[in-house]
Amino acid sequence: MSDFLTHNAFWILSIIKIAVLLFIVLTVNAYLTWFERKVVAHIQSRWGPHRVGPHGLLQPAADGLKFLFKEDPTPAGVDKFVYYLAPLLALALALTSMAVIPFGPNPIPHITFFGQPIHLWVANPDISLLVLFAITALSVYGVALAGWASNSKYPLLGGLRSSAQMISYELALTMSVVGVLLMANTFSLQEIINAQASIPLFGWNFFGFTSGSKIPVPQILGFLCFFIAAIAETNRAPFDLPEAESELVAGFHTEYASFKFAMFFIAEYTAMITVSCLVAILFFGGWLSPFPASWTWTHYLPSVTLLPFGLWVIWDGIHYETIFGKLVLPAVGFAMAAIGGALIAFPAVNGFIQPTFWLLAKIFLVLFFYVWARGTLPRLRYDQLMNMGWKVLLPASIANVILTAALLLWRGH
Amino acid sequence: MSAPLIIFFVLATLAVLGAASLIFQKHPIHSALSLIVVMVALAGLYLLMGAEFVAAAQIIVYGGAIMVLFVFVIMLLNAGEEERTNLSKLAKIAGWPLALALTGVLAAAMIRASPAVANPARPGALSDTATLSKLLFTDFVYPFELTSFLVLVAILGAMVLAQREQK
Amino acid sequence: MVPTSYYLILSAILFGMGAVSFVFRRNIITIFMSIELMLNAVNLAFVAFNQMWNTQGNKLDGQVFVLFVIVVAAAEAAVGLGIIILIQRNRRSLNVERVDLLKL
Repeated sequence: MSDFLTHNAFWILSIIKIAVLLFIVLTVNAYLTWFERKVVAHIQSRWGPHRVGPHGLLQPAADGLKFLFKEDPTPAGVDKFVYYLAPLLALALALTSMAVIPFGPNPIPHITFFGQPIHLWVANPDISLLVLFAITALSVYGVALAGWASNSKYPLLGGLRSSAQMISYELALTMSVVGVLLMANTFSLQEIINAQASIPLFGWNFFGFTSGSKIPVPQILGFLCFFIAAIAETNRAPFDLPEAESELVAGFHTEYASFKFAMFFIAEYTAMITVSCLVAILFFGGWLSPFPASWTWTHYLPSVTLLPFGLWVIWDGIHYETIFGKLVLPAVGFAMAAIGGALIAFPAVNGFIQPTFWLLAKIFLVLFFYVWARGTLPRLRYDQLMNMGWKVLLPASIANVILTAALLLWRGH
Repeated sequence: MSAPLIIFFVLATLAVLGAASLIFQKHPIHSALSLIVVMVALAGLYLLMGAEFVAAAQIIVYGGAIMVLFVFVIMLLNAGEEERTNLSKLAKIAGWPLALALTGVLAAAMIRASPAVANPARPGALSDTATLSKLLFTDFVYPFELTSFLVLVAILGAMVLAQREQK
Repeated sequence: MVPTSYYLILSAILFGMGAVSFVFRRNIITIFMSIELMLNAVNLAFVAFNQMWNTQGNKLDGQVFVLFVIVVAAAEAAVGLGIIILIQRNRRSLNVERVDLLKL
């Protein structure tokens, strides 16, 4: 038995890592919906979910149960194979894209799985960025086929519009990354992060002081094009006309109920998380800390955020209205404070999670921007949307490529 | 039976089944989906041979752009199931035997010539994308520029063809 | 290790199936898709031969050619589908046997 495990350790470890990653991604998805509803509500001067569980924290669980138990009608006259394939395809592709994202540079120290080091990624190909683009390119099918298979005019229109929008913005998305590729000379996400490691904060691709040179090659235009194109690519507001309720009933997923709709939903939020990871990795240094390595006091920043927040949650829980809240919130707060304290007590663990903490913080900030944009900006009309994709973003991203190439030539690479 | 050989047979079976599905499906959208399966299987085979950039380009361009075009046109033109017409007696009698003969002759020629085809010296060795791009911009820069011109011509042609008539 | 001839036989089979589909189908779009299948089969042969000749790791001519084939197929698909849309508009049918005005 142990012989079998040692021979196939790599495959078994990969399967375990995939299971863990799926669990984490699905949980983050669920609480991302909670976070979005809370933030959008507070932007609109209301509370958002606050009844189901303390501060509405059990709302995602309630939503999940609702999706599972709702009636699942199949409309008449649909093409059965394509109708069932579309949400499957969307979900499978969205979840697969999380496999190539590196969450930390170093494998877990001192622990190996039957001789295999445990890295913080599932797969590390040389072309990880291209793999992500391939998955983005294929995810158009989920939307187009869903719209077509529903045998109804609103989904067809919504699906056609949505997929036309996705393929238009895909061009701007991939062109805006070419600047980063010129600077890093590689497609591998890990190498792209390592290429930004020369100077903290200003060595990130956003500011562009890479390769220890005095001449910056800022990727500000690239970041803007990428972020806007990514919001359009994931069909989020302000680009969500094809699935907006007031415009097209619900667009391409009108005829999908309960769990199939949940699959589209999860696919959309997972795509959002993937794009946030990409923005953090490509333009903002990934897991690199914005502070110089010599400032070792910054190593306590995770604890400094966790400990007081955990104590505040305990205090809030003690004064909460419901009994359930009075029990659960202090427990959660205590767990957070305990983790914060443990990080101070065990500097080895603290050192290991530093890169992952910075990456997660950046991803969180980008996700906050996403939700902020949804709550604030009005929807673009479809012709304005296509206009912007082809006539504004694509020339801007091509201009970014030319500018980056010229600056790199000037500074001698 | 090494692991690459098993993967090759799985992907090859997937590709052949997809192609068979392309031939036999009545509705063009199912044929399009089968062709996407064939392309993804071929991308897997390119990865097996170490050509990772070509595999990614195959999925992004072929699977993510060209086939999306096909699916769009099928959806827009509302192409229905194919009607069976019986116009050609010759096709009915000699069709399948001739088709099998064509495939058989090609495959037999390949098998006959297989001792002359050398096996790869470094099987599955990854090709360096940097080498590929250097080749593209030094030895093959002339075809590269011509191809970009060709794509420009194709864009203009498609735009002209798709215009509504000016009354 | 997979011998090169296996890839070539697969390429031949796929090409033959594409040719069969091209001759026997009636729908213009399906005929066009079988052309794409034939192009893909040829791409597979190119990459297989590239793997055979690439002894040092620096001769990637076959893969460059595959990239050109992919780009040309994209351009051809764009123009061809435009023509197909026009045929549908003018002849109201996607059946290739109805587009026979030039037949004797």
